[in-house]
Amino acid sequence: MLPAMRILIVEDDADAAAYLVKAFGEAGHMADHARDGLTGYGMAEEGGYDCLVVDRMLPKMDGLTMIGGLREQGLQTPVLVLSALGQVDDRVKGLRAGADDYLPKPYAFSELLARVEVLAKRKGTTQTAETAYVVGDLRLDRLSHKVSRAGEDIPMQPREFRLLEYLMRNAGRVVTRTMLLEQVWDYHFDPGTNVIDVHISRLRAKIDKGQAKPLLHTVRGAGYVIREGA
Amino acid sequence: MGSGLRRLIGTTAFKLSLGYMVASALFAGGLITYVGIHARQLIDEQIGQTLTAQINALSDQYRVGGIRRLTAVVDRRTREPGAFLFLLQGPAGETLAGNISGVRAESFANGTTVETSYQRLEDEGQQRSALVRAFVLPGNNRLLVGRDLEERERLNTVLGQAIRILIGALLVFGVLGAFLVARRAIARMDAMTASGQSIMAGDLMQRLPVSGSGDEIDRLAVSLNAMLDRIGLLMQGMKEVSDNIAHDLRTPLTRLRNSAEQALRTGGSKEEYRAALERTIEESDGLIRIFNALLLITRAEAGTGTDAFKEVDVSELMGDLAEMYEPSAEEAGAKLLANVPAGLVVLGNRELLGQVLANLIDNALKYGLPSVAGATSEIRLTASAEQDRLLISVADHGEGVPETERSKVLERFHRLDASRHKPGSGLGLSLAAAVARLHKGELRLDGNGPGLKVTLELPMAPMRTA
Repeated sequence: MLPAMRILIVEDDADAAAYLVKAFGEAGHMADHARDGLTGYGMAEEGGYDCLVVDRMLPKMDGLTMIGGLREQGLQTPVLVLSALGQVDDRVKGLRAGADDYLPKPYAFSELLARVEVLAKRKGTTQTAETAYVVGDLRLDRLSHKVSRAGEDIPMQPREFRLLEYLMRNAGRVVTRTMLLEQVWDYHFDPGTNVIDVHISRLRAKIDKGQAKPLLHTVRGAGYVIREGA
Repeated sequence: MGSGLRRLIGTTAFKLSLGYMVASALFAGGLITYVGIHARQLIDEQIGQTLTAQINALSDQYRVGGIRRLTAVVDRRTREPGAFLFLLQGPAGETLAGNISGVRAESFANGTTVETSYQRLEDEGQQRSALVRAFVLPGNNRLLVGRDLEERERLNTVLGQAIRILIGALLVFGVLGAFLVARRAIARMDAMTASGQSIMAGDLMQRLPVSGSGDEIDRLAVSLNAMLDRIGLLMQGMKEVSDNIAHDLRTPLTRLRNSAEQALRTGGSKEEYRAALERTIEESDGLIRIFNALLLITRAEAGTGTDAFKEVDVSELMGDLAEMYEPSAEEAGAKLLANVPAGLVVLGNRELLGQVLANLIDNALKYGLPSVAGATSEIRLTASAEQDRLLISVADHGEGVPETERSKVLERFHRLDASRHKPGSGLGLSLAAAVARLHKGELRLDGNGPGLKVTLELPMAPMRTA
């Protein structure tokens, strides 16, 4: 189980906010709710949150202004923007305002949860200094670009290496197909069918084939996770 | 009538015509006056010269034969037809010979040509005017020779009349012409206004009348009509979208509703509820995909976002996509072959172009694999530069699209009967066509003997000056 996170949801739609508070609670986190930008700004400034989930269109102060203000105050808390606009240029605007991730409505909660968990993790750890990732007996060396399982080298294509690297950096956390598309391929469009699944099954064949304990797991309806044990 | 006339006079055409008319009247008047002044000077000069010649001849007579001879000669000359005017006076001012009287005294100043009034002896009492020149002879006799100015007066009369007639005619024709031009302009404007009003009332097929003369009003009408065409096209697109949404979203929405309803009605185990809910989520995800695709198409067709175009390395994008789809192709038993030279760049939207190429490859994988066992199942991804155009094509060896269907498959939601059982929204090629248009390019479908070859033709980015 991941450590519990404190999440602030800034959303003017009461139903949507109540649903999110409940859903994050069920996922083992604690979520607070602010119904407008000004309240959200105040609560976020008080601090103590691991991640902010901010709707773009908010009463009193819109989402992007709020984020910009918080960043100016030096607040480092990761921010995910939710928006009904959901086009590429809107995403760019969101990121420019200081957000760390962007999710268009309507979204699957599993997608939001996965992104928030990955974002919140980024805050605490100084992962950039890590030169190798280890999950069980699987080891990925970021400097030599070597991957080995139980001491045995596994040859990797560059893209496979990046895919595995991203999964291992977020070991224990579910990553969705869209996250993989964005982070590993830098694609912000929908490639359709099951392209990612095929890449994952190839990767799985390389690292888990013939192993007693598989490490790369599929989470139904959500995505993939690399971890020890089921 | 009063308001109609005021409207007519108020038109730009009327004012312009009238202005032109006044200007040409002034010009014509000025020209005639100028000619008149110069003609008069010329006439005066000529008269002056003949008078000098007469005086010279007569003073010769005087030198030869004295006053008596001069008197006789003047007397004879006054009787010749078309004679000059003569007056010969003795030292005391008595008339010795001549055919005029009543000449002002100051006319007798020696040697200068002056204009004066006089009376002819044969019809005394009628004042005439003449140009005269006096010559004082030895012995204080004075000789006056002159020429009637009747010709000059006639010229003046003729020119004056010409000016009056000309200006009169210009006034009449000008005002008349101005009225006619204004009436025509008003008629055309009224026709345009009427068309405009019926367009505003909702008849978007209506166009402004074009007279065919190619004048400025025509040009305006033509460009407004072009604008209406574009608006009409956009409106038609919008209408199609709403029709499509109404028609094609009903099916998945009905499925969604049915499965939820059925689960509620029949109840059942927890697993059954779970399965029903999972189906519901699946269906709604499908709906979201369709909405997103429609939104992308609409945005691309509206032409928004072209200002945010950046240089897109198509070679790199295609290479990445080929690599991304290669495992999927292999799994489907096909070969994905990419033949893309490096460094092909277009000005555009990377996400949209990527989406389109992904759609085309996805289509080829879904519909472009041969149904006959053992046939080649190659999907070829090629790009080449031809002059300033970039040709990107995705070719398969599937069943292809019959020629008659090729323009239809570019329409939203259109699907070939043969492929209806396969997953898909029928929006992929519509998006490709819309994105091609957004990039000022086009999408072509060709046969690939057998199979389908989809070509995206885009203008290349202008070469950067290194």
